[in-house]
Amino acid sequence: MGRPRVALVDSGGTNIGSVRYALDRIGADARLTSDPADILAADRVILPGVGAAGAGMRRLRQAGLVDVLHQVEQPLLGVCLGMQLLFERSAEDGGTECLGLLAGEVVPIPRAPGLRVPHMGWNTLTALREDPLTAGLADGSRAYFVHSYAVPVTPDTVLTTEHSGTWSAVVRHGNRWGAQFHPERSARTGARLLRDFVLEVAP
Amino acid sequence: MTLARRIIACLDVRDGRVVKGTRFRDHQDMGGITELAARYSAEGVDELVFYDITASPQGRRVDVDWIDRVAREIDIPFCVAGGISSVEDARAVLLAGADKVSVNTPATRRPELVAELAREFGSQCVVVGVDSLRDEDGQWRIRQLTGDPDATRALNTTTLAWVERVQELGAGEVVLNAMGSDGVRQGYDVEQLRAVRQVCGVPLIASGGAGSAQHFIDVFREADVDGALAAGVFHSGELAIEDLKRQLQVAGIEVRLDDSSAAVAP
Repeated sequence: MGRPRVALVDSGGTNIGSVRYALDRIGADARLTSDPADILAADRVILPGVGAAGAGMRRLRQAGLVDVLHQVEQPLLGVCLGMQLLFERSAEDGGTECLGLLAGEVVPIPRAPGLRVPHMGWNTLTALREDPLTAGLADGSRAYFVHSYAVPVTPDTVLTTEHSGTWSAVVRHGNRWGAQFHPERSARTGARLLRDFVLEVAP
Repeated sequence: MTLARRIIACLDVRDGRVVKGTRFRDHQDMGGITELAARYSAEGVDELVFYDITASPQGRRVDVDWIDRVAREIDIPFCVAGGISSVEDARAVLLAGADKVSVNTPATRRPELVAELAREFGSQCVVVGVDSLRDEDGQWRIRQLTGDPDATRALNTTTLAWVERVQELGAGEVVLNAMGSDGVRQGYDVEQLRAVRQVCGVPLIASGGAGSAQHFIDVFREADVDGALAAGVFHSGELAIEDLKRQLQVAGIEVRLDDSSAAVAP
């Protein structure tokens, strides 16, 4: 078997290059694409994203990718904003309808004394349940987060993190996963998660 | 809190090489950018800032080739400062792989730049660097063009008012460089940082004055900053990142230490 083919969905975010380089480092064959046939033929699909939900959804609609993402049956991973877009809606930009691939809503992180928003930096991961995507991560591992909106704990939450509340750090429902942190910028913890997404999780 | 306080190393870049020296004079070559970035990353630094000193004073743009090489090489976040004065400059830097851009003098000239960057890329990408010095009347005020001592200008804007303003415009992080303590390694300007902290609801990074592990402990404890940036004390090898983090941990400060090892037990 050749290298696993990873379709990086071109959502227009600025972290796409970094995600591709992170996949290169673990030996995956990652291609940036907005072509439906490419996306549906890949072994894995990653939806990266940085920025705001409204602009992110607009780009996916303009590129005709909303239906395509609904058709993806192979393992799909949303990263940061890409994870948030998997949910039903986000409070960002005055309320944004998202992809609805996962149940739940994205809400603003409340400001609290001594806690800064955006939530920016290396925070710890706590497991709520076992999952092949996160089996290689040590308890208390730190990952790099940068976000002002977040997904509360839902029945699909695998890992949580704490910052002015408890939030979903990794979610999973069926073949759909999401990581709120940036695996491409989370040192060994992030590399391990990406490796396990590409090699370990079963379609 | 579980969020780690960040240790940030700042590398000055000129013509594709890392240099050191007093900011704009007597530069010594420190080595290749990617090699040094990889070394700091392996040593456990939490973030890197590359300050392109070729870019700003002469109005030249940041060269993005080295940014792309750094993005391929390292797996921790990095920010690029210097020479970014438009949305297009920032886009080139971010698409090359930088996680954040930092603006300083261009924001003092045209504050709307901060809002434009935040709208286009999100606040989380937008860092505002603030160079600040106490004037004779006791007020801290901002400076511009600090890269070149002959060109540096004092502005009437107080530092506290400026920090409030840039947050309203959408800054996602503030790096406060206390010029009075920069380069002398006598400790961060805790008094000033504590005052800025009172008006700063986004992450605040201390810069200027680090000379020992105790200085980091002091600034985290007393000024409640989210991160502390240093250059010389790391580059000279006087303070190793891992030793610093161990000392911070002993002092009860949350830091990111080695992230390898066994599986998470639910």
